[in-house]
Amino acid sequence: MTAVDDRPTTEIGTARRRKEDARLVTGRTRWTDNIQLPGMLHLAMVRSPFAHARINGIDTSEAKAAPNVIAVMTGQDIADIQGVNITAWPITTDQVNPTHLPMPLERVAHTGEVVAVVVARSAAAARDAAELVDVDYEELPAVLDLKAAATDEVLAHPDLGTNKSAHWQLDSAAQGSGGDVEEAIAKAREGGIVIEREYRQQRLIPAFMEPRSTVVDPTGEQVVMWTATQAPHVLRFCIAATTGLPESKIRVIAPDVGGGFGGKLQSTPEEFITLAVARKLGKPCKYTETRSETMVSAHHGRDQWQKLTLSAEKDGTVTGLKVELLADLGAYAALVGGGVPVLGAWMFNAIYKFPAYQFNTTNYYTNKTWVDAYRGAGRPEATYAIERLMDELAAEVGVDPLEIREKNWIRHDEFPFTTVAGMTYDSGNYEAATARAKELFGYDELRAEQKRRRESGDPVQLGIGVSTFTEMCGLAPSRVLGSLNYGAGGWESASIRMLATGTVEVVTGASAHGQGHETAWSQIVADRLGVPFENVEVLHGDTQIAPKGMDTYGSRSLVVGGEALVRAADKVIEKAKPLAAHMLEASVDDLEFAAGRFTVKGTDKGVGLTDIALSIWTGHDYPEGLEPSLDADATFDPVNFSFPHGTHLCAMEVDTETGATRMRKYVCVDDIGVIINPLIVEGQVHGGLVQGIAQALWEGAEYDEQGTLVSGSFVDYTLPTTADTISFVTDHTTSPSTSNSLGTKGVGEAGTIASTPAVVNAIVDAVRHLGIDDVQMPCTPERVWKAIQSAGGTQDAAPAADAQSHFGDGAPNQDPAAGTTDGAAQ
Amino acid sequence: MTRISVTVDGVSYTDEVEPRTLLVHYLREVVGKVGTVVGCDTSNCGACTVHLDGRSVKSCNVLAVQADGHEVTTIEGLATNGELHPMQAAFHDNHALQCGYCTPGMIMQAVDLLRENPHPTEDEIRQGMEGNLCRCTGYHNIVKAVAAAAGASERSDA
Repeated sequence: MTAVDDRPTTEIGTARRRKEDARLVTGRTRWTDNIQLPGMLHLAMVRSPFAHARINGIDTSEAKAAPNVIAVMTGQDIADIQGVNITAWPITTDQVNPTHLPMPLERVAHTGEVVAVVVARSAAAARDAAELVDVDYEELPAVLDLKAAATDEVLAHPDLGTNKSAHWQLDSAAQGSGGDVEEAIAKAREGGIVIEREYRQQRLIPAFMEPRSTVVDPTGEQVVMWTATQAPHVLRFCIAATTGLPESKIRVIAPDVGGGFGGKLQSTPEEFITLAVARKLGKPCKYTETRSETMVSAHHGRDQWQKLTLSAEKDGTVTGLKVELLADLGAYAALVGGGVPVLGAWMFNAIYKFPAYQFNTTNYYTNKTWVDAYRGAGRPEATYAIERLMDELAAEVGVDPLEIREKNWIRHDEFPFTTVAGMTYDSGNYEAATARAKELFGYDELRAEQKRRRESGDPVQLGIGVSTFTEMCGLAPSRVLGSLNYGAGGWESASIRMLATGTVEVVTGASAHGQGHETAWSQIVADRLGVPFENVEVLHGDTQIAPKGMDTYGSRSLVVGGEALVRAADKVIEKAKPLAAHMLEASVDDLEFAAGRFTVKGTDKGVGLTDIALSIWTGHDYPEGLEPSLDADATFDPVNFSFPHGTHLCAMEVDTETGATRMRKYVCVDDIGVIINPLIVEGQVHGGLVQGIAQALWEGAEYDEQGTLVSGSFVDYTLPTTADTISFVTDHTTSPSTSNSLGTKGVGEAGTIASTPAVVNAIVDAVRHLGIDDVQMPCTPERVWKAIQSAGGTQDAAPAADAQSHFGDGAPNQDPAAGTTDGAAQ
Repeated sequence: MTRISVTVDGVSYTDEVEPRTLLVHYLREVVGKVGTVVGCDTSNCGACTVHLDGRSVKSCNVLAVQADGHEVTTIEGLATNGELHPMQAAFHDNHALQCGYCTPGMIMQAVDLLRENPHPTEDEIRQGMEGNLCRCTGYHNIVKAVAAAAGASERSDA
């Protein structure tokens, strides 16, 4: 073994540059759409232009006659093998579920649903011929608005008789984790404070950069599917459960996957259709969607109305919180689907010591794109609501938003703390994170500037937004999932293979798509086994190589999969120990293991782990009765969730004459426990922040009255650019998690969960003195301007004819056309 | 079909293409340069950015026939003699990529940005890169990487 002098003493905590980058910065990539197989055919989907329609007939003759077309298939043609897109989480045993066929036979329930598929020798020929498929639609009344859906006047699925999917409640009095919320509210109405608000969580589109693509090769003994997925193992289960193909005959490979953010955890109609067509034709088939198809057919996120009642004493001490959600599932219950709002149930109470709490969600179907997990999944919605409410409470009491939070949050000496929702937070220190964030932000100076601008009547007002978030992640203890009627477990798996020549193969059931697992996992194993970082190879994302896994979502990979890895490594060491004793002619009890070597206590005798690996590979000399292998597997089922937290502070400037907003400064101090790789963590935080900021300022999936997605391309769905965003100030405090041996907490979703309310709180804070207490997201200049006008807070009631932008060149650009209406969702 | 001759990453190719073929599809499907990717269908995302005669173009916005007689450089042709281009190295050093899907386009655009403006301010970097979308990084480290690459060339100039 060669010694490298500049090797860090511990890999954990080192900002290793990523292993993954070598191929990604040179274009040496393995995206699904790059795959070409001999005789491969290309698919194009024919999609419904109507939100709700009966399929009276499909004439495929002209398309079939088009050049280079091999076949055109409808739902009837693949009905026997197409399977079903199932939901894994019916939140109640009586949840109403419409059957979701990958290609419906009789009726489409949202715009973009696939009704036919064209198979041709090239993608271009397939797409040309798709134009020639003539579908006879009989348009049906569509329900598009969530509140209208709740009335059942128009039904998304007439055969179900209702749009209501399910109602789910958590009540602290009923489950014994707290008091009666109605009593608390009634008491506050007598002599305390009651804050009642209704907030809108607009519909968002995950918008991963790589459009989804699936290649299926049915020619071997196993059917092989390459697909742009976060969840190859879950997908294989779903295929086996519904298509009649035995699980052992399916190999799913997630090669390089270009982002997901929840959007690629779905088992999609397109994957099932490609599989069915390939099996019918016996030929390799590829389907790659266009971006416009992604926007309308890949699942959307969020989409809730939130009715909130917070009760408090006169001094601002909170006494109760009641949450009533309406959640739009879209046309079908997606994989996690109805469970997404439920994931918020334990998080509305957040870091605050509410004595009484009740959470309700009622989920409805509409004739729109299905809704499922999008970065944060249920927890951004919860965090938004409570962090907005705490600002409202502070305003009511007349104190600083940080003061009202400190009055009510769990103190650092109170951990572990069991909340009113029944979750036990293992560790945290809200005081420390907040103190550090205030210092980095220059909180007092910015408050002083805000005061000056108010007093001078500056047309550009300054607002400071606070978000002291927590979240629960690391999905999840399997028994908890079972108690919630979830269809799978929450464990993760890892294997370590000690190769004869001294290198190590690590197999993980997590399936990275940009997170940098290959690097972070190598660091963990390098430390644990004392082998060089470079000598660890991480394998994942192929059910043949990594046969067991629960995949990557819910900020779970490190806290669950990382712990599985630690346990597998510890098993390797345990297996090596008697072999080391044998080689050293010593007693097992006299051995110590450190830095990759077993040594005999009190001597200089020792043997390296990799030397043992070589010895046992030859198998020439090992103790009777022992297995000649160091390789080990581990499956870890978490005992608790992980509870990262942080304090985010945002300064926004609002031009009160134009409604334009500009981000001035953003500081966040996150506590995610022990950090494996600070470089990767920073990247996760930055990216998360911008997705949350984008919800606050720019993004929204908008439908017209016909149910057409009008923000159906990157022209209209306004993702932020470099010119819209700023550089961030990030830092960390560290309260190690006590529920895994590395002390880590999840980080993938934290930024997104925290940032949205920080931004909106800042905008509202900038104009609160004008009589404004809410601006609906996305807070476009038009909405901000209208809020100011309707509050009558400007000097002139009519818009000033000479109103001009007060921001200089280079200010973050806000597209005034973006998301100005909430369309049918209003 | 139309016959075109295009030099891609230093190798000259002659092919028959349908006149409607986009340069990006020619590069991916005919030449096999799958390092260059497609991220949208409206020319917004910039994932397909390559250099045409040394200037950045979105290759979904150029027809293959327009590249006839011209020179194309893709992400696969940027490193020389196994050495990463300074911009590729800067993206790696500054963790300016996560999933990596936007990265080829980002790097090609960033190289052209510094060609036009070797010493950009942060604002100039942000304005110059706004035609390329990334969903993972929040742009923070991309901007940092471009600035670092500019700084590195400044040091080597001195």
